[in-house]
Amino acid sequence: MKIHEYQAKEILKSYGVPVPQGKVAFSVKEAEQAAQEIGLPVVVKAQIHAGGRGKGGGVKFAPTAQDVSQYASDILGMTLITHQTGPEGRLVKKVWIEEASNIKHEYYAGIVLDRATSKVTFMVSTEGGMEIEKVAEETPEKIIKVGVDASVGLQAFQAREMAFALGLSGAAFKNAVKFFLALYKAYMGTDASLFEINPLVVTQEGDVIALDAKADFDNNAMYRQKTLTPLRDLDEEEPLEIEAGQSGLNYIKLDGNIGCMVNGAGLAMGTMDIIKLTGGEPANFLDVGGSASAETVEQGFRIILSDKNVKAVLINIFGGIVRCDRVANGVIQAIKNINTQVPIVVRLQGTNAEEGKKLLEESGMNIIAATELKDSAEKVVATLGQTVGK
Amino acid sequence: MSVLVNKDTRLVVQGITGTEGGFHTQQMIEYGTNVVAGVTPGKGGQMFMDSVPVFDTVKDAVKIAKANASVIFVPPAFAADAIMEAADAGIELVVCITEGIPTLDMVDVHEFLSKRPKTTLIGPNCPGVITPGIAKIGIMPGFIHKPGKIGIISRSGTLTYEAVHQLGNAGFGQSTAIGIGGDPIIGTKHIDAVKLLNEDPETEAIVLIGEIGGSDEETAAAYIADNVKKPVVAFIAGQTAPEGKRMGHAGAIIAGGKGTAAEKMKALAEAGIHVVKSPADIGNKMKEVLG
Repeated sequence: MKIHEYQAKEILKSYGVPVPQGKVAFSVKEAEQAAQEIGLPVVVKAQIHAGGRGKGGGVKFAPTAQDVSQYASDILGMTLITHQTGPEGRLVKKVWIEEASNIKHEYYAGIVLDRATSKVTFMVSTEGGMEIEKVAEETPEKIIKVGVDASVGLQAFQAREMAFALGLSGAAFKNAVKFFLALYKAYMGTDASLFEINPLVVTQEGDVIALDAKADFDNNAMYRQKTLTPLRDLDEEEPLEIEAGQSGLNYIKLDGNIGCMVNGAGLAMGTMDIIKLTGGEPANFLDVGGSASAETVEQGFRIILSDKNVKAVLINIFGGIVRCDRVANGVIQAIKNINTQVPIVVRLQGTNAEEGKKLLEESGMNIIAATELKDSAEKVVATLGQTVGK
Repeated sequence: MSVLVNKDTRLVVQGITGTEGGFHTQQMIEYGTNVVAGVTPGKGGQMFMDSVPVFDTVKDAVKIAKANASVIFVPPAFAADAIMEAADAGIELVVCITEGIPTLDMVDVHEFLSKRPKTTLIGPNCPGVITPGIAKIGIMPGFIHKPGKIGIISRSGTLTYEAVHQLGNAGFGQSTAIGIGGDPIIGTKHIDAVKLLNEDPETEAIVLIGEIGGSDEETAAAYIADNVKKPVVAFIAGQTAPEGKRMGHAGAIIAGGKGTAAEKMKALAEAGIHVVKSPADIGNKMKEVLG
């Protein structure tokens, strides 16, 4: 689960990680008020779940009260387009008004899970303010990585190692060590999957502060992170994906016109892939889970068909423990209830596949039955009259 | 021969009194797996289906019922603990079916297991391991498999069944099929499973099924290039997956432009592996390769 910068900074602050003083504002008036309380100059920052906000015009330095009003009214309600939002951009509904910092130098600090070593890994770099992916690609030697031993956690010597690697000394060095240890505590305490401070700044006064903050959390740990739940911002998510999540379905909207419903995540991805290879475009990813009951199939249909781009649907169920004749009955029931006109190709394989196919064929409904994966993709693409590739 | 699971496997089911655990225990017994014990803390002394003794701890299951392998069906909040309990009791093979374990719990498990090299963990978030005709540990449908000479390694459940089905159509059975799991931290990675199957005299060829996210397929590809002479057919799921979205599995995500299917397919192809673009070509490709 992603959250906004201002929320991430509130969490960091509660763990003793220094952040600039700031206030969130939902209107120009609130922004003006916040600036007055904080004291000028301030920075006006758009709050959306995407990076690259500065380049897109969503972050402005405001030396005067007039600037605050101007920038807040420019940014609130704007559709901000960055390299992470896609071409459609994201509507800005709130801004973060923050005290301006007296920056001496910008750095990078991040904590992630390193999948290769299965360890929580700290990363720092002197290349602050840049896209870290780019730094990793072009000058990987400029990223210092420290793997954390899970049995003891991040140690002070490791924090010192990173502060030295950034070339810090004096007060800035001491503050950086404290900063890193606190940031690690915040990561572990919130079941984070990512904390990224870019830039991490050292001020003229030797303070070390998180000028920006990006956070992502492990959805599997939400049951024990109840304080994070209210931080979810549904405005930042695809409405159909929210609805699917509420019914326990795993749905991701894509740009194509062939809806698909599959049991199992790997096979669901494979089905999207074969649709594309056959000359079609998948409209979504949808994993209905291992059991593929009549209820989940019907709910899956409703969600797929809410996407108006969908012109055909492919259902691909590999029956293991769940029997295909049962799935077939579920599909027939769901189509009856939903009463849709789009062509539907159903591929059933595995336990009782033949019985399932027979049920579909005898249902008198407009269902095209298939038995093999390749055959099912060709049939669904053909319903759209598109070229069937090899 | 086969790997991981064979006729000497003596299985303990952790979470045997739960709905899932109970159902799949029955299925495993029907398939021929030697289920010698169950564990549910607080329910020790009961009998499951009048034939399998239930213990309070895995240690008791090892001591009294001589269990040497475990399968875990306990809920996500308690699964990491269950894995560590099994390893601490000296269980050699631990298969964790549970989906949804918090990642930081698995970081701890990884650390814990690094000090107990005797234990091999498969999963979590996996269908399990099957040696067709002998035994299965997990939730896969037994009947679609048949004994043979192809080893399968996969991060996905139903995609494995698809591969098994296609291999069957092409006339091949399986030595052992290993579902390694779809989470970011798993006990046995592609490379580990490849090593096992490579050393197994009954496995003549390998099917490797990967998906977007991480770099385990690339690591395995490098190992295969240098060490594996058996033919390997590979498919990577998620060629059409968008960046930054978790595709069902917690580990299936392209992050910062890394972990794409294209990268993995390139690495595998460069290692001399037969990469198929379409998931429908796995069986045919194997037939073509083995002649």
